[in-house]
Amino acid sequence: MSDTGFFAALGAFLVGVAAFIPRAVVQGVPLLLGSTGETLTEKSGNLNLGIPGVMYVGGISGVVGAFYYDQSVRAGAMVDGVLDTARYAANMNGFLAITVPVLSCLLGALLMGLLYCFLTVTLRANQNVTGLALTTFGVGIGNFFGGSLIKLSGSDVPSIALTRISTYFHASLPFADSLGWFGQVFLSYGFLAYTAVIIALAAAYVLKRTRVGLHLRAVGENPATADAAGISVNRYKYASTCIGSMIAGLGGLYYVMDYASGVWSNNAFGDRGWLAIALVIFTIWRPNVGVLASFLFGGLYILHMYIPTGMNLAVKELYKMAPYVVTLIVLILSSLRNKRENQPPQHLGLPYFREER
Amino acid sequence: MSEAKQREPLIHISRRGNLPWWGAWGIRAAAVALAMMVCALLCILVTRTNPLDIFRTMFEASFKTERKFWVMLHSTAILLCVSLAVTPAFRMRFWNVGGEGQALMGCLASAACMILLRDAVPHWLMIVCMVFASITAGAIWGLIPAFFKANWNTNETLFTLMMNYIATQLVAYFCVVWENPKGSGQIGIINQRDPYKGLGWLPVVGGQKYLLNIIIVAVICAAMFFYLYYSKQGFELSVVGESEKTAHYLGIKVKRVIIRTMILSGALCGLTGLLLTGGNDHTLTTTLVGGRGFTAVMVSWLAKFNPLWMILTSFLLVFLQKGAGDISTNFGLNESFSDILTGIILFFIIGSEFFIHYRLHLRHRHLSDKEAVK
Repeated sequence: MSDTGFFAALGAFLVGVAAFIPRAVVQGVPLLLGSTGETLTEKSGNLNLGIPGVMYVGGISGVVGAFYYDQSVRAGAMVDGVLDTARYAANMNGFLAITVPVLSCLLGALLMGLLYCFLTVTLRANQNVTGLALTTFGVGIGNFFGGSLIKLSGSDVPSIALTRISTYFHASLPFADSLGWFGQVFLSYGFLAYTAVIIALAAAYVLKRTRVGLHLRAVGENPATADAAGISVNRYKYASTCIGSMIAGLGGLYYVMDYASGVWSNNAFGDRGWLAIALVIFTIWRPNVGVLASFLFGGLYILHMYIPTGMNLAVKELYKMAPYVVTLIVLILSSLRNKRENQPPQHLGLPYFREER
Repeated sequence: MSEAKQREPLIHISRRGNLPWWGAWGIRAAAVALAMMVCALLCILVTRTNPLDIFRTMFEASFKTERKFWVMLHSTAILLCVSLAVTPAFRMRFWNVGGEGQALMGCLASAACMILLRDAVPHWLMIVCMVFASITAGAIWGLIPAFFKANWNTNETLFTLMMNYIATQLVAYFCVVWENPKGSGQIGIINQRDPYKGLGWLPVVGGQKYLLNIIIVAVICAAMFFYLYYSKQGFELSVVGESEKTAHYLGIKVKRVIIRTMILSGALCGLTGLLLTGGNDHTLTTTLVGGRGFTAVMVSWLAKFNPLWMILTSFLLVFLQKGAGDISTNFGLNESFSDILTGIILFFIIGSEFFIHYRLHLRHRHLSDKEAVK
């Protein structure tokens, strides 16, 4: 191959990569938030299999908040029964357009986390059973309220569009477009994407470097010892699970308001919640690893769209297996190597009752 | 005194002695009744109809016509079959949440036989092949996580969970490979038309389409009961579940028990796949098992891993799901409403287990006890 041909091919490849990375990243952000939340939860020994449901609830709560804010602004901008678009746009307050959905999302996810904790910690129920029920319930809530809002908004298509509000979530830095590939790869995302990275790094710091993190890990590894050391096991379990749920809920919110441009359609979120749980294993319970790993997972999740398979559509289905297979390999390898720091929290999924030690 | 009051918690929890079985089931029944009340309240809020209508709709969903009754019995049988399959693993404290994938592999294997062997073998031989293939496929899907759990203590909950999605994608792959008609991405009813009509379909017994499946599951249920409670292997897996150390002292080979039990568990899940694809649906889709692998976890757990009680709990869950589904459609609600109702009922039942095992003592009663002593 001649030099010019080689460089042209390389250039085309790099352009392709620069276009691929942002797509992988936007796929990865919900997974990152979900897995950070689940990691915090699992570090306290709670295996919350309800995370997919929590993410659905986070998403729909945000949408409900945004929907009512949008409706109130719309009502204020009605002139003789016709929507005055200029006034509608002017009345929309950027601060409220972001805080209302975010707060309602956090509230919804928090309630789900509390429900899980109440059943598993206070009422000492089996974690697997509770988690699976929570997923059924959460997905049901998401699709039910989604469906009801679709009916309320009287739209022709089976989805709700909160396009105007989503522009606030989607807004990237104004100079991102002028920076070419650099802007495209690093600066083209909404604020929640950066928040997700910050949360993940902060969670990693808290877990690894602070006293609270040490206590939390102690609770997950051996609650009896933690209890004997004077750490309030239940309080740590509650706090980490609820905070974890709220972080995971933000993943649902990001998906609807930023990635899907404010369009909620039922079941669109798909199996990303389970993928977030897979990511926890893949990152061997380290949120900081999750930052890059989630983007890798995002890439794997959409890989099938980019691999040329010609007319053979069936192979695409096999490529969709990739994230799960990779996770399994990591799970197997980490147990094969049996390094102590790479293991799941020792008390993961097991209940702790002081009087039954 | 005031200091003592501050330190004493409001509620004091203590473990109950063994409750008689009617006490435990009384508490569970109360929980279901309470859950139904909450659900009815929710329905009234959403639909503004008479609660009696809601309960009637719920009841009629399973019992109104003979057909509905048979469909309900069949759904119960299939759910029971998956639940029976995962139970031996649970008694061993091996959290097999991969029933979904193992059953899907069974479906895939039977569908593969029905499609690939239809020119090669007669009907009876095909059925034999399907039984063998589906059981093997499910068993392999159960064996893989067990092998890693037994040898390297790999977390089985996460492992089996991932295996579900791999199975789903495999099925999705073959759905496209065997699509019929071309370009639809779906398989449709397999062997529906001549010359293959009915090839590989399980026979109809007693003129009732669902009867054979129900009989098979009833036999499995009885066999599982005896296996778990009256066989040496059933005893061994219970010991492994209670304490691996004790099992070692008893000379039980823990690794072998784990692998053997998971092969059994996966094989039965695979057999459920056969009942679905060969016996009833005659098709293959990624959603054919329909979350039963997950619901089975609850069925089994609610029945305290006892196969006979599982008949009741699987009936209960099917009854509730069918009822919630009909409430949603009859009152013009989105079908996801039934998931919410199912979730609420499950939360109540899950929560009620606490009151079966523990007793609450309120502070003031405790104090008055003390004073009575004085």
